[in-house]
Amino acid sequence: MSETPNAIDAITAAKPSPGEQHFPKFAVTDNLVEAAQKLVARYPEGKEQSAVLPIIHMVQEKFGYICPEAMPWIAEMCKSTPIHVAGIVTFYPGIHTMCPGKYHFRVCRTIACSLSGGEELIPYICQKIGVNPADMSDEEPMLVSADGLWSVEPVECLANCGFGPNIMLNETLYSQVTTKTIDELIAKYSK
Amino acid sequence: MSTKPSILPKDAAAAEGKVNVQINGTWYRFPKGTRIADACNSVGAHVPCFCYHPKLSVVGSCRMCLVEQGMPPRLAPGATPTYGEDGYQPISWMPRAIIACANTVAENMGIRTTGKLTEEARRGVLEFLLTNHPLDCPICDQAGECKLQEYTTDYGRGTHRFTENKTKKGKNLSIGPRVNLDQERCVLCRRCVRFMKEVVGEDVLGVVGRGTHNAIACYPGTRLDSNYSMNVVDLCPVGAMTSKDFRFKMRVWFLKSTPTIDVNCGTGTNINIWTREQQVYRITPRQNDEVNSCWMPDDHRLNYKFINAPERLTTPLIKTDAGAEQRPTTWDAALNVVVEQLHRMAPAETAIVASARMTNEELYMVRALARQLGITKIDVVPRKGVNDGMLVSEDRNPNTNGAKLVLGKTGNGLATIRRGVRNGSIRFVISLGEDLTSEEAGFTPEDLAGLDYLLAVHHTENATTKAADVVLPSVTFAEKYGTMINVTGRIQRLNKAIEPIGDSRSDWAIFRELSERLGCDCVRVIACPSPMMVLEEMAQEFAPMKGLTWGNIGNAGKVIIETGVTIPLIERSKAKN
Repeated sequence: MSETPNAIDAITAAKPSPGEQHFPKFAVTDNLVEAAQKLVARYPEGKEQSAVLPIIHMVQEKFGYICPEAMPWIAEMCKSTPIHVAGIVTFYPGIHTMCPGKYHFRVCRTIACSLSGGEELIPYICQKIGVNPADMSDEEPMLVSADGLWSVEPVECLANCGFGPNIMLNETLYSQVTTKTIDELIAKYSK
Repeated sequence: MSTKPSILPKDAAAAEGKVNVQINGTWYRFPKGTRIADACNSVGAHVPCFCYHPKLSVVGSCRMCLVEQGMPPRLAPGATPTYGEDGYQPISWMPRAIIACANTVAENMGIRTTGKLTEEARRGVLEFLLTNHPLDCPICDQAGECKLQEYTTDYGRGTHRFTENKTKKGKNLSIGPRVNLDQERCVLCRRCVRFMKEVVGEDVLGVVGRGTHNAIACYPGTRLDSNYSMNVVDLCPVGAMTSKDFRFKMRVWFLKSTPTIDVNCGTGTNINIWTREQQVYRITPRQNDEVNSCWMPDDHRLNYKFINAPERLTTPLIKTDAGAEQRPTTWDAALNVVVEQLHRMAPAETAIVASARMTNEELYMVRALARQLGITKIDVVPRKGVNDGMLVSEDRNPNTNGAKLVLGKTGNGLATIRRGVRNGSIRFVISLGEDLTSEEAGFTPEDLAGLDYLLAVHHTENATTKAADVVLPSVTFAEKYGTMINVTGRIQRLNKAIEPIGDSRSDWAIFRELSERLGCDCVRVIACPSPMMVLEEMAQEFAPMKGLTWGNIGNAGKVIIETGVTIPLIERSKAKN
């Protein structure tokens, strides 16, 4: 056997991240099952599979990312198959297969933001949180700081092109961002 | 001025529930709802497809089937349509191509499968498909029957403009016990995904990743291990899914395919046997919408190794003295010995155990032999299994209905023969194409040892042939012509793919020869030159076979008996349509 997992095993290969210390570890609890069943109940009988995406969002919100153990559970909840869930998880860049930091920067790299200064923000944030932009991989374009507090991810359009460059810190959108804004944000949440 | 047709073509077609479609300049009529791809292919205007398969749902993902399409111009309010001299409205062609698989025909539609627009569309699609393709045809098993290879030579550019790095994906991945996956060769048509989901109902394959990283995969820990998994190898238009059994065995262009039927169960799945130089290399399903659609089970597909196995019997064997070793001999000598021995037997103390794995023609000759010898104790060995709810029938004999038709009632005789052997009232047994010590036949080696005389006709060495006084080597299903009647009462043809191995002979010919040497004077039996003629003889005797000839059975077979038995997979696909 080779050391690197083959293309199939890579689907569930662990991608360790320092961010995991700030999120609860994925565990199936009664509350979680109940929440999932509520989502499944929104869809007509026979269409339970439609709930895959809402459940994925719920899991990501609670645990930070979709860990390999979560995929078969999600499939079981909505009468789908693990490969179907894996297909969805690996398709959307917004669904993480690696745990982000407690504070997650999403930096828009679409053309409008990029031209108005967004391009420089990524290396700047990387430098501030102590990660190397060259380490960013194609499969999981995200970098997490060693203390797991910060992470950065280039994303596509945040739908606010008139006021670029735009970034999101967790669920909050910041417009016309400069390096100064970054400094302020990091200073504010580092406390 | 020419006269306009009295009835417009659109009305004439509508009366039949059809629509008029112009394909490459000629007008045709198709039933409403026909897919453009099917319509074009049915009139010889080839439309290349990767993802479209008539037995699977349509996804329209490969874009290979782009054709130029046109309709009559949309009328302004209040305007009336104008019809040309031929009764059709003029067609205004769309500036963009449409996919032929996901669109259906409409009245007065025009389709062009050739021309600048489609040529450019196809060239563009192929160029993109090849950007990440490894171009490893020289070591790819699919080469020679690869759609990507064929279409590239037919419609591709021939040169590369893509100078960037190709995406690396998984290669030589074992995704199941019988199937290997190469993600780089894949064109992402998703036929395999749809087949497993829609036909088999085991959703183990899926697509992961996005964009250039898109790849077919199964979830780690799950395997493509269904008994129908190898159908994805046939479905795969490229070399992404390959059969572990056939990998690197033979280039497909060296192989000859022979249409015949599977003999592992009563369904009689239609198959092609692929051979080269008297060697069988693989078996693939052959489409028959009334029997097996386009599929076949893996265990039947892989059950061909016995044909070229070293255990095959290649010469007649005889024991010259009681207790002596079997010694190879010539046909003439063996048959003479057999005739002499059969003449000495008391018919009342003799039984024939035949096989429902024999063709109708062979069974007919067995009956002639039994009549010649005056033997009345004759039966076939039943074989029951579990119906898998797809294609595998609970009857594991391919020709039970044929045996019933030719030999009359079957089923109870075998127990009587067993009892007779054990109480000594049967001292002579003729075993045809069966191993008597098998579980289904139920004889013990002691039973066989206690017999005064055992004649075995079989293609492969087994416990019965080892115990026999005389062994006559016969042939497997791949080496003979004949017909069998499946569980639904459909008579189907077996075709000879390879010549008999060694000195073995077709069963029907062995029985004919024996009957003749035993003094049979029935011209209809002894003068038969081929199984086809035996069939014609049978057609005169058996009412259900009336009027049958080798030719009119055809490759699809013919229902001749009402059995009331159905094939679950076929019923499901009929219910779906």
